Amino acid sequence: MLNIRRETIISYAFIERNFNLLKRYLNWEILFFSYSIVNALTIGLIMVGRGSSQDVLYLVIGALIWGFLSIMMREVSDAITWERWEGTIEYTFMAPIYRITHLVGSCLFAILYGLLRTGLVLAIMPLFFGEHIDLGSANWITMGVTVAVSSLSFIGIGLMAAIFPLLSPEKGQAATGILQSVLLLISGIYYEIEVLPDWLQPFSIISPATYTLRSIRAAMLENASVQSQAENLLLLLVIGIVLIPLGFWVFHIAERYAKRVGRLKRSG
Amino acid sequence: MVQEKVKQPVYGLTVRGVKKHFHRRKKTEEKLRFHQKIRHWLKREKETIRAVDGISLDVSIGEIYGILGANGSGKSTLIRLISTLLLPDAGSIHVFGDDVVTNSMKVRRVMNRVSVEASFFKRLSSAENLIYAARLYGISAAEANKKARNILERLGFEAKRMDGEMEQLSRGMQQKVAIARALLTTPMLLLLDEPTTGLDPKSKRDVQAFIEEIRNERNAVIVLTTHDMVEAEKLCDRIAIIDNGKFIAEGTVKELIAKVPPKDNSPVTLEDVFIALTGKDLEEGEE
Repeated sequence: MLNIRRETIISYAFIERNFNLLKRYLNWEILFFSYSIVNALTIGLIMVGRGSSQDVLYLVIGALIWGFLSIMMREVSDAITWERWEGTIEYTFMAPIYRITHLVGSCLFAILYGLLRTGLVLAIMPLFFGEHIDLGSANWITMGVTVAVSSLSFIGIGLMAAIFPLLSPEKGQAATGILQSVLLLISGIYYEIEVLPDWLQPFSIISPATYTLRSIRAAMLENASVQSQAENLLLLLVIGIVLIPLGFWVFHIAERYAKRVGRLKRSG
Repeated sequence: MVQEKVKQPVYGLTVRGVKKHFHRRKKTEEKLRFHQKIRHWLKREKETIRAVDGISLDVSIGEIYGILGANGSGKSTLIRLISTLLLPDAGSIHVFGDDVVTNSMKVRRVMNRVSVEASFFKRLSSAENLIYAARLYGISAAEANKKARNILERLGFEAKRMDGEMEQLSRGMQQKVAIARALLTTPMLLLLDEPTTGLDPKSKRDVQAFIEEIRNERNAVIVLTTHDMVEAEKLCDRIAIIDNGKFIAEGTVKELIAKVPPKDNSPVTLEDVFIALTGKDLEEGEE
């Protein structure tokens, strides 16, 4: 029988461990953070002098939200990769914990870390863009609800991506990168999906990033209410409800396979 | 699934006819041209590695059971099968009556393992690594810290070094932290997979003395794999010799020595027994 209190405490082990790792690799964090700022700046600056403030904000939102969603997708997968490299995965898999507890812990860290990093980058943006970044008319409630609902879908995708490093740490990271770049292409992160070739456009319908970007842009550029985004949010919720159990199931199958063929061991 | 319970007598660990075979793509030693490489890859010829091939054993509560084997003989695969990290192809493994496949969660609660590789998050401190490991077993940080300090001090590890990064520690020190990690959870089944391999003599003595202490202190089941004859003789109540995934002999040191006739009136050692039965020298390589 699942003891929710016990499992919540155990989930915290993964959050604490990852924040401890983050502290120890602070130099890398500063590097990643600087990269996120430079990335958002270079993309936003494309429109300064060419388009309106709305256009600048359109691109900056794309860069920030893509950064956040990428963290959601990658963090669970990276945690597995890290454990494979360090050889600790055998000890985690040997511990008396449910896999759902393990993965929920990693997902919660991804959400907290993603919010923290994206929030800091967003806070810095007005220093560079000045009047081009006007967040006065943004609907923060719609944005918050969209981020919360879309996190579910991206955690589902992250769980599925985590099977790649579980089976092969070297090839796994590359496979996760490919999955991520396909989503970047089809989801209208920096452009409207209508500009995609006709044959690519249907793929954008199944990407949760498409609906996330639409609602967040509507919230930040047009002060759209939650009600006005109900259709997008419902779609995101449905995708999340489908992807999360699917992600757990796929991970379970991959774990059984890894235990059958002996893929968990590093050496010895 | 209905949980299978082993009938009396209930041993701490019961292994019955366990097999684990791996199927790997056949490698060729020849230097191939590009088209030959493609042909070889397309053929997908596979070879079967019989890592564990029909092993059975029983270990009683309070016993240290040694598994002696050379490089690649199947010791670590057997330990991984017991510790639920591999699924057996055939046979069964029960820990205190519970099947490791169908009741793995219950088994994991009473078991822990020390492997030859002290696997840790190298940039985290010993304390951070141990607290993380303990939390997975539902142990609080305060309790883990207290217990870890106690175990490490008994192992000759200065407690003040617990806050330093793991990568700053010697291999012997790291192995002591690995032993503390396993013992923090007070396991009833302790799997020690070559815990002293590669350690300096002092660390080796400290670890061996501690294993004896555990045996004397509590009624745990201990399985120790090693290729150190002296260690096996000193610590183990019974020893099995493993070769090519099979147990080729099992018994007390006395019983094993009795299997080999003495040569030139010199007393038979465990090493003589091993060489006579396997035709191999343990020093040939390490697993």
